[in-house]
Amino acid sequence: MSKKPISIDEELGMFDKPENVKRLLRIFYACVVVSLAIDIFYHKHGIFTWESFFGFYSVYGFVACVILVIVAKYVLRPLVMRKEDYYND
Amino acid sequence: MINALPPAMILILGGLLIPLFKGRTRQALLLLLPVISFINLLQLSHGSYWIYPFLSDQIILARVDKLSLIFGYIFHLVAFLSAIYALHVDDTVQNVAGTVYAGAAIGAVFAGDMFTLFVFWEMLTISATFLILARRTERALGAGFRYFMVHVAGGLCLLAGIIMHVSETGSAAFDLIGLGTTASWLIFVGIGVNCAWPFLHPWLTDAYPEATITGTIFLSAFTTKTAIYALARAFPGTEELIFIGGAMAAFPIFYAVIENDLRRVLAYSLINQVGFMVVGIGIGTALSINGAVAHAFNDLLFKGLLFMTMGAVMYRTGKINATDLGGLYKSMPWTCGFCIVGAASISAFPLFSGFVSKSMVMEAAAHGDMRWLWFILLFASAGVFHHAGIKIPFFAFFSHDSGIRCKEAPPHMLLAMGISAVLCILIGCFPQYLYSMLPYATDYQPYSISHVLAQSQLLIFSALAFTLLLLAGIYPAEIRSVNVDADWIYRKGSRQIYRFCKWAFNGINDWADRIFVQQFTKLLAQFFEDPGGNLQKYSYRLWVEGSGIPDDQEQVAKQIDSRSRSAAYPVGVGVLLAVVILALVSLLLYLR
Repeated sequence: MSKKPISIDEELGMFDKPENVKRLLRIFYACVVVSLAIDIFYHKHGIFTWESFFGFYSVYGFVACVILVIVAKYVLRPLVMRKEDYYND
Repeated sequence: MINALPPAMILILGGLLIPLFKGRTRQALLLLLPVISFINLLQLSHGSYWIYPFLSDQIILARVDKLSLIFGYIFHLVAFLSAIYALHVDDTVQNVAGTVYAGAAIGAVFAGDMFTLFVFWEMLTISATFLILARRTERALGAGFRYFMVHVAGGLCLLAGIIMHVSETGSAAFDLIGLGTTASWLIFVGIGVNCAWPFLHPWLTDAYPEATITGTIFLSAFTTKTAIYALARAFPGTEELIFIGGAMAAFPIFYAVIENDLRRVLAYSLINQVGFMVVGIGIGTALSINGAVAHAFNDLLFKGLLFMTMGAVMYRTGKINATDLGGLYKSMPWTCGFCIVGAASISAFPLFSGFVSKSMVMEAAAHGDMRWLWFILLFASAGVFHHAGIKIPFFAFFSHDSGIRCKEAPPHMLLAMGISAVLCILIGCFPQYLYSMLPYATDYQPYSISHVLAQSQLLIFSALAFTLLLLAGIYPAEIRSVNVDADWIYRKGSRQIYRFCKWAFNGINDWADRIFVQQFTKLLAQFFEDPGGNLQKYSYRLWVEGSGIPDDQEQVAKQIDSRSRSAAYPVGVGVLLAVVILALVSLLLYLR
């Protein structure tokens, strides 16, 4: 992974092996599916009506984060990013 | 009670004695001071103590009730944990400043009157500035200076408000104030500076990442939480706070996503968490204020823990930028584990501390039917998981292998992080102990199936968004850069102001110099060289121009000149003038 030569006797970390990363991702995707599937069987109670809609929190969490990243990357960063020595001239 | 001392006294006086000790004795003292101070605090029951007359009013060094006590307890705990974490620091400046800083915060939350509050408030500023300056780099020097200037300005605003308030109401007692008068607004804004409200906040994100490794642990704890206490005491239920808090919860997460310095990411997420507390105070119900205070309690632990883990990384690697780090889980597995606990707590995972307090504020907003606020807070909850919950551990300990191989954090740091992590989990699992300390009695139940499920879904799908964006290459790569924030106004804007002032004031100065010093005095000097002659000449010229009779002006001017130079006026003129004056005088007398 890294360009730095890794000495042979050094143990590779758990996440240096791509198959481990893949396994972890698979477990994670399973969690995603299960958490959404529960919504079919269990009717959530909330104070607002939309809280009990199917997948409300899932969709909101996902969309919120996508919007967050898109806005931060394509709107905020071009506006505020300067060179590291911006303040010390 | 009889044997107890004022709550702040042990830490402040003890802190000032630290330079007298060296080595092991000093380390023991640093650890013991918070413990002794805490035992001292336990001696106090509810009530007001150490009341002394002051001017026309009185100062109260300790007002002990549920609100001040819970802040007092957690401040002691955090002071103790920070002292453990900073045990290796053999720097008198930091040792003294850290201890006095904690003492000042404790003094401020127990202050029963505004004068005492103000004194401890300023002590916070001064001791905190030393924790920043102690890094002894050029950037830290600049950041420390700016920190000091901003807080002095805020402190003066507070002082002006206090003086006006005391003269209006005749009482210096620090209780419910509420917005209304000019005085109350000044106090409100003065507290707001320490609370890092939007546009007043950049001191925090500017200075905290520039302070020393251990200094930041202290800093992250006391200044903002003291301000939260002051707001909870003086301005509960102030509607403006809901707007301010909502903005605080939302805007920093955008900055946190693109920020490279991981301690600065945490500084932005600190503002985000304080936003939840400010909202809670603004809503002003028993549930929301309980939520704000409980969240302050939890935040002190998990934010401290996160800063500790990043400090440990910085201590071992000398680096803190996400671009330089990665793959450290192999070298620092314990620190990594503690970091994940802190991340889970701040993200409000079920069974972690954030879950049991943040939900109180959310639910209070829902009960008040504040829909837009509720959506913003939910957005901020998803966002905080995104940048503090995932980004911090991911870029420091996983991500690409930076090639750095270092030792695990030293034992005392691990101990401090370990205790914090265990407390985060304990509070998350057994929140009733925290709830029993809150200012209002509560039977709040965070663990309903609906709530656990909702929060889990929110977080899992936030994580999914992060994973997919990262795999798709959309997630913004970390870039070495500076992100301009509101501090631009005084860091760059000040130069523009300077340039403008230079242009405006130097311009006025030049103009005044030209007109008054050079031209006007010259004219005056010319005139007074021969005032009589000049007067005649100008009058004659006026007469000639007024009457329109052409005459040889130059000839007359020469005559006047030569006459006045030789002082040879005809006698007749003198006599005529004398007669005219006598006539005028007699006329005046006659008219009377």
